[in-house]
Amino acid sequence: MKQASSLKDNAPDQAQTVAVSCRGITKVYGSGDNAVHALRGIDLDVQSGELLMLVGPSGCGKTTLISIMAGVLDQTAGQCLLFGNDLSQIAANAKTAYRGKTVGFVFQSLNLVPMLTAAENVAIPLLLTGVIWMDALHHAEEMLSRMGLQDRLHFYPSELSGGQLQRVAIARALVHSPRLIVCDEPTSALDNVTGQEVLEVVRSLGVAKDRAVVVVTHDARIYHFADRIAVMNDGRIERITTSPQELVTVP
Amino acid sequence: MNAIALKMLMGDRAKYVSIILGLTFASLLITQQTGIFLGIMARTFSTMSDLEIADIWVMDPMVQYLDDIYGMQDTQLYRVKGVDGVEWAVPFYKGQLRARLKDGRFQSLVVMGIDDATLIGGPPRMLEGDLADLRRTDAIIVDSIGASTRLTQREADGDRPLRIGDILEINDNRATVVGFCLVTRPFSTMPIVYMTYSRAKQYAPQERKMLPFILVKAKDGVDHRELADRIHAITGLGAYSTADFKRLTVGYYLKNTAIPLNFGTSATLGFLVGTAVAGQTFYNFTLDNLKYFATFKAMGATNGVLLRMILLQAFFVGGTGFGLGAGIASLIGFVLRKGEFAFWLPWQLLLASAAAVSLICLGVAAISIRKVIRLEAGVVFKG
Ligand SMILES: Nc1ncnc2c1ncn2[C@@H]1O[C@H](COP(=O)(O)OP(=O)(O)O)[C@@H](O)[C@H]1O
Ligand SMILES: [Mg+2]
Repeated sequence: MKQASSLKDNAPDQAQTVAVSCRGITKVYGSGDNAVHALRGIDLDVQSGELLMLVGPSGCGKTTLISIMAGVLDQTAGQCLLFGNDLSQIAANAKTAYRGKTVGFVFQSLNLVPMLTAAENVAIPLLLTGVIWMDALHHAEEMLSRMGLQDRLHFYPSELSGGQLQRVAIARALVHSPRLIVCDEPTSALDNVTGQEVLEVVRSLGVAKDRAVVVVTHDARIYHFADRIAVMNDGRIERITTSPQELVTVP
Repeated sequence: MNAIALKMLMGDRAKYVSIILGLTFASLLITQQTGIFLGIMARTFSTMSDLEIADIWVMDPMVQYLDDIYGMQDTQLYRVKGVDGVEWAVPFYKGQLRARLKDGRFQSLVVMGIDDATLIGGPPRMLEGDLADLRRTDAIIVDSIGASTRLTQREADGDRPLRIGDILEINDNRATVVGFCLVTRPFSTMPIVYMTYSRAKQYAPQERKMLPFILVKAKDGVDHRELADRIHAITGLGAYSTADFKRLTVGYYLKNTAIPLNFGTSATLGFLVGTAVAGQTFYNFTLDNLKYFATFKAMGATNGVLLRMILLQAFFVGGTGFGLGAGIASLIGFVLRKGEFAFWLPWQLLLASAAAVSLICLGVAAISIRKVIRLEAGVVFKG
C-alpha cells in the first residue's frame, strides 16, 4: 500500500493535462451465474480544462464508470489514474481523504440533507477537509451567492424549487475547488430552461485550466455544453466526438 | 461535522422526540425504581442511621436483623463494659408495645428505651421539648409523623395532632407526651416513642431477659470489627460493627422478601422498554439518513468521522434522556420527601443509571454504526 504522502497534488507533465486516465477498465458486479459485466474494457482520458459528457442507453455502464473515476468504486481490472494517482492502491482512509478534496459530486438524486439549510449543505465538503464551522459557512454562502441564491442561504431544501436545489447541489460540488467534478444526470429532474441554466453554471465555474468536469446524461438538449462526448454502449466506449450535432441527428 | 450531526438529529423532530422520550422513560424507571428500592432498604436500618454514635451493636447471638429481637439479661451490660477497648456501653431497648388512645382506639408503637443516666440513643433531632425532659415522671417523646397521623387525638370537632401534655396509656401505664422529634423513616409505619430504658422495661411485659441491644463506643484507634469479634469471643454474644449490622439487616430483607424482585423487575423492564423504543427509533433514524451518510462518505468522510457523528448523536440523546429521567425521578423524590415515600438517590445510583443509559446508547449506536461502516460510497450514485 502506498502512503497518503505519495499522492501527487502537482504531478508534472502528463498529469497537468490529463485529469483522469482509464486503461483497460473492466467491472464485474457479482460472480458466477449472477455476474454482470458492467464495463468491458474502457480506455479513456479526461483532459484538464475540458467538460466531457458520457452518454448512452440506460444500463450501459455510465454511472459505474464515473464511480470508478471518482474513486468511490473499485474496478475489477485495469488501471484508473486520478491526476496521476492510482486510488485502488491507496489505504481506505487516505483514499477517502484524497477523494474529499479532489472530487466534487453532483448526484442524480442530489442527496441534500433535508435537516440542513442550503448554506450548511454546501459547507459539508469544506467541513470534511477540516475547515472550521464559521469559515466553511462563510465560503458556502459566498458560493451560493455567486449562483444567484444570496436570498436563499438559510432556506431548507423543502423550501426551494427544483432548479434552486440543483444549484445548491452544484454549489456543494464546487465549494472546495475540486479538480474533478462528476455529475450524474444533473438535468434529469429539470425543465429545459433550468437545465440550460444549470449547465451554464457548471461550465463557467467548474471548467478551468487545471480542472475537469465529467457529466453523465442522456439529455440531448445539453450536449452543446460538452467539449467532447463519449458514447457508451454495453460496457464499451463506441466513439468519441467533438460535435454534438452528429449525435442529435442520429436516431 | 459534529454540528452537522446534531442538526441532523434535531432536524427530525418526531424521531428526536421519541428517541429522547424512550431514553427518558428508561432513565426514569431505572433511577426511580432503584431509588425506591434503596430507600426501602435504608429504612430497614433506620434506627441504626439515627444512632451513628454507636460503633458496635451487641445482641443475642440468635439475632438475624435489627427487628429480630431477643432479650439478654441486664448483667451482660457489665460483661461488655469489661471488654478491653470498650470506651462505654449503654443499654438500648427496642420493642413493640400497644397504646390505648383517649377515644379507646389501640395503636401499636415502636418503643425505644434509652440509657437513663446518659440518654445516649435518643432521637437525632428534637422538634419540640427537650430530651432531658424524658427524666420527668411518665415522660415520652413521640416522632412527629406518628404524632400527626396514627396518634391523632379525637375531639368533638375532629382529629388533632398529639400535643405536649397529652396522655397515652401504654400497656395500662400512663405516659405523658413531653416532646416531639424527627426520626429517619423506619420500615414499618408504626409511631415511634422514646422513653428511658428503665421506664420501657417497666411498661413492657415482664420477662427474665429484657435487654435487646447494648450500644458500644470503641476507644480511639480501636478497630470496630476487631472489637466486635473480641466482644463475641469473650461474652458469647452477637456483636457487629454498625456497618456490618446494617449489611446483615439489609441482607436479611434481600433474602427473605420479594422487595428486590419487585423493584428489580420494574427497573429491568424500564431498561428493556427504553432500549427497545430508543434503539428502534434511533436505528430507523440512521436508516433514513443512510443516503446522507453515504454522501458524506463519497465527499470524504472517513469511517472514523461517521463513527464520531453517530456516537455523538447517540450520547447526545442519551445525555438528554438521562438528564430528564433522572431529573424527574429526583424531583418526585424531592417533592414527596416529607411523607411515607421511600426514595434514596446516592451518587452511586446516579452513576449506575448513567452507566445503564450509556450502555443503551452504545448498543443503539453499535447497530447503526455497523450499517454505516459497511456502506459503499458508490451507492450514492444509485437513484
Ligand atoms: N451494485 C450493482 N450490482 C449488480 N449490478 C449492478 C450494480 N450496479 C449496476 N449494476 C448493473 O451494471 C450495469 C451498468 O449499470 P450503470 O453503471 O448504473 O448503468 P447506467 O448508469 O449507464 O444506467 C447495469 O446492467 C446494472 O444493472
Ligand atoms: Mg446511471
